[in-house]
Amino acid sequence: MYAQMVKAEGAKSREEMTVEERAFQDRIDRGEKIEPKEWMPEGYRKTLIRQIGQHAHSEIVGQLPEGNWITRAPTLERKAILLAKVQDEAGHGLYLYSAAETLGVSRDELLELLHNGKMKYSSIFNYPTLNWADIGTVGWLVDGAAIMNQVQLQKTSYGPYSRAMIRICKEESFHQRQGYDILLKMCLQGTPEQKAMAQDAMNRFWYPALMMFGPSDKDSVHSAQSMQWKIKINTNDELRQKFVDQTVPQAEYLGLTIPDPNLKWNEEKGGYDFSEPDWDEFFDVIAGNGPCNAERMEARVTAWEDGAWFREGLMAHAKKQDARRAAARIAAE
Amino acid sequence: MSSEWPLWEVFIRGQHGLNHRHVGSLHAPDAEMAICNARDVYTRRNEGVSIWVVQSNQITASAPSEKGPLFEPSNSKVYRHPTFFDIPAEVGHM
Ligand SMILES: [Fe+2]
Ligand SMILES: [Fe+2]
Repeated sequence: MYAQMVKAEGAKSREEMTVEERAFQDRIDRGEKIEPKEWMPEGYRKTLIRQIGQHAHSEIVGQLPEGNWITRAPTLERKAILLAKVQDEAGHGLYLYSAAETLGVSRDELLELLHNGKMKYSSIFNYPTLNWADIGTVGWLVDGAAIMNQVQLQKTSYGPYSRAMIRICKEESFHQRQGYDILLKMCLQGTPEQKAMAQDAMNRFWYPALMMFGPSDKDSVHSAQSMQWKIKINTNDELRQKFVDQTVPQAEYLGLTIPDPNLKWNEEKGGYDFSEPDWDEFFDVIAGNGPCNAERMEARVTAWEDGAWFREGLMAHAKKQDARRAAARIAAE
Repeated sequence: MSSEWPLWEVFIRGQHGLNHRHVGSLHAPDAEMAICNARDVYTRRNEGVSIWVVQSNQITASAPSEKGPLFEPSNSKVYRHPTFFDIPAEVGHM
């Protein structure tokens, strides 16, 4: 999802575990939280760094498609709301980088890995936001899918990650509602052209939103170990199903059509049947070939490089102040 | 990767009368900026009336591996809890 393709090892059976690993697994099975300095298997630590890092990168890169519309929001109120939403996403990235740092990796290292392409972010942010209806759709569907994932992650076994998720979840529902509110205006009170814009946004974002949950369980080889460690709580397909079931009535209320001829209520399973997204497209976007991959990375790297003088300047100032204070102390003694 | 800003731990007093509570950490060049950043990162929705920041490397923590011996002395002293003592009902609230 925000961490769609986290590589992990296969799950171990109890017999294959060392004594420490078994004790560790017991703690997780009892529902205990694992805290930073405690013993943990190297694989647990590494998988978490990848997952939390990808998640953090997604929050930060996710600011770009929406930031694109801050200067073009249709009213001052919408602009202030979007600004607050995008600012929240910066905060989410920071909470998550902090959580990752407790595992012994620095934020600069993580950013370096993002910038040189060794770490990924969610595929969804490689699609463009072409008109104002896209901003409504992103809030509604993209933040909606993110919430679906993040709610379950509040129960994740790693303490700092779980606490970051709890904070983030508290802030997210505003994001989804502001998006839906944009679409309510466009669809129920808008002109036919505005309604058509909303439908067009829906058509373009539906499948990329479904991809956010990651590949189907049958193709997702990395899930078993992560679920055993409670780094992940629900499977990709479970979450995707929940998302579809929740979203269909919301789309109906707006009078929007979900672009899937196979979408049908299935009485027996108590959920909708729906078409899978095009997984070739997904892997292609992950590999760097989506419509906006290059643009997003360029924006990130440029921001980082253009900010270097500022970061260094403030650090130099802080050191000078420290030295001045130390000198004053000595003089006073 | 030359000069990464140091890490600070952030403590926030949520309301008047409550203790400051650890809410997370952030990077900042100095204490003053750490307070400014903490305001933006951790109190965007009125979560606080006061902020403390302390550089992370200034914190000494107990070792998780010594959790047993460190806290064991209090395990055996059940009489420290009021429920250890049975007070006759006739006595009334105590
Ligand atoms: Fe977020
Ligand atoms: Fe969000």
